[in-house]
Amino acid sequence: MATPINRQTEMTLVQAVTDALRTKLTDDETTLVLGEDVGKNGGVFRATDGLQEEFGEDRIIDTPLSEAGIVGTSIGLAVNGFKPIVEIQFLGFIYPAYEQIMTHVSRIRMRTMGRYGVPMVIRAPYGAGIRAPEIHSDSTEALFTSMPGLKVVCPATPYDAKGLLIAAIEDPDPVLFLESMRSYRAFKEPVPSESYTIKIGKAKYVTEGQDVTLIAWGAMVQVAQKAATEAATRGISCEVIDLRTLYPLDRSTIAASVQKTGRAVIIHEAQATGGLGNDLIALINDTSFLYLRAPIARVTGFDVPVPLFALEDHYIPTPTRVLEAIQRTVDF
Amino acid sequence: METEFPIYRILDDAGHVIDTSKTDLLTKDLSLALFTHMNRIRTFDRKAINLQRQGRLGTYAPLEGQEAAQVGSAYALQDKDWIFPTYRDHGATLTFGADMVRTFLYWNGRVEGCVPTDELHIFPPAVPIATQIPHAVGAAWAEKRKGTTHVAIAYFGDGATSEGDFHEGMNFASVFQTPVILFNQNNGYAISVPIQKQMHSETIAQKALAYGMPSIRIDGNDVFAVYFTMLEAVERARSGGGPTLIEAVTWRFGAHTTADDPSKYRDQERSHDRVDPITRLEDFMKEQGFYDEQEIEAIRNRHQQEVEAAVKTMEAFPPPDVNDLFDHTYATLPDDLLRQKTDYLTARGN
Repeated sequence: MATPINRQTEMTLVQAVTDALRTKLTDDETTLVLGEDVGKNGGVFRATDGLQEEFGEDRIIDTPLSEAGIVGTSIGLAVNGFKPIVEIQFLGFIYPAYEQIMTHVSRIRMRTMGRYGVPMVIRAPYGAGIRAPEIHSDSTEALFTSMPGLKVVCPATPYDAKGLLIAAIEDPDPVLFLESMRSYRAFKEPVPSESYTIKIGKAKYVTEGQDVTLIAWGAMVQVAQKAATEAATRGISCEVIDLRTLYPLDRSTIAASVQKTGRAVIIHEAQATGGLGNDLIALINDTSFLYLRAPIARVTGFDVPVPLFALEDHYIPTPTRVLEAIQRTVDF
Repeated sequence: METEFPIYRILDDAGHVIDTSKTDLLTKDLSLALFTHMNRIRTFDRKAINLQRQGRLGTYAPLEGQEAAQVGSAYALQDKDWIFPTYRDHGATLTFGADMVRTFLYWNGRVEGCVPTDELHIFPPAVPIATQIPHAVGAAWAEKRKGTTHVAIAYFGDGATSEGDFHEGMNFASVFQTPVILFNQNNGYAISVPIQKQMHSETIAQKALAYGMPSIRIDGNDVFAVYFTMLEAVERARSGGGPTLIEAVTWRFGAHTTADDPSKYRDQERSHDRVDPITRLEDFMKEQGFYDEQEIEAIRNRHQQEVEAAVKTMEAFPPPDVNDLFDHTYATLPDDLLRQKTDYLTARGN
């Protein structure tokens, strides 16, 4: 957890990412940043802004436009003494590297009985809501949460982004680090200048409440919070949980909350079918079935590809849709 | 392009020296060392097929016919180098120093077979096609960053050159000038699909032109051609000269794996007419007066015994430990996975 806070700076989430990278690049000479346009250009979202000037072209590496190549060569670097921090420009562009992640990144520790590990972080901006071009807005986290050997992290706030990214870089196992594009510059909050970590696998109570548990991550945490504020005006007290880590899930926090409220609404941008919400429902079923007073509700994207942006506001869960689900759950 | 990339040979099919500039280097010691490795992996290979036929081994990928390519290449490496094989390259890994019992274990479905011997850098065999090429490039890149002279070698077949990962690996290797050898064994077939249907290029070696990378096409059944070409590529890599693509033209005598029948897609009679790389080396040795029947017989007997002993050890190996199903997925098991493990083991009285 956080070390004593001496100095802190107001930062956006993307600035906190840069700050975490700078912290680890300074701390640990084996860290490398690799990706498309991460060098001079500082990344398409400026997440690596200034890092090449500070740490040199040798450590902040502009790679060819080649996702499988970036991840594949990073495996070789990772098993041979380095900690590659890979930037995939958008989660929607990660699929050429999916084979490398699925068949090697996630399996090498298992296949070599621990002789080789892959201490690699793959950062990927994800999600809709910023009027991005086609394919740039995917939320396909469930393709990765169902991949044994990999951890999946998704911060919702600048403070968490820095602490979780440092934890991810220090983790001996590979971590997919999802950064909500919509949250990148949505707000600022104080972030300590020091290095600190947030434990991977721990969810966070954003708001405590009594009647309904809202479970969300990334950009959907704010949507849940807005719905919770609105629900409060109707006299419904919501407990908002920011999952922060999507694999491994924080079973005890989710169970404790649902056992208290007896109701749950899960909010995610991804499609309903095959979405992580289904694993959360299973988790609640396994741990808390007899505490439930209503069926668990999901507010998710639809079973369609993320649309071109003219329709994206219909696709992304809104506070209104969440509020409707809360009301249905309470009225059951 | 066949003219620009002629097949380099030191021996002809009958074992006569064609490249006489190398004659002095073709010593009895070298011949015997290469023969020994080739005979050893052939003995292993034939035994593995027999065991599979008897139901004592899982599906197996035979390598007979490719001994010169695998031995000649791996013999040019040194201990601290990195080797990234496919599932058909255990001839190379055995030559490099992989443990024979573990190699058998791998083909018997045991994960212990993926764990490299001692301090040797042997990656588990890549089963997806061409994915190991970027790994080798990355491991070589790491050596370059550390300022060592160690190199990496990626083994892959002709079919792999159709995959994106081959091209992405080639590109990274040349852009970052990593000390890697991209060692292609063009054995003519990707399972059943002949090379003519795999690509419209006349050679694989020419593909390096597009990446500004040195390349050479060699007779992969001439162990000397393989070995000396490798030495040159390894030396270039060690001295900062970057990657090399080697196309070793060879021939798989048998099936892709014990689960297919090659006579369905090619004339196996013709296949067996090919010059055997071991016979070719023996012919050379006989011509040079290096071939001592008794010495050769002793080597053969030694390998028979070694393989039989390895089979015995493999078959007497302790049964798989169910903990290994779970324990190596992460450095520290996530709580939920630990719970799954505990529940499973508890229910079964463990």
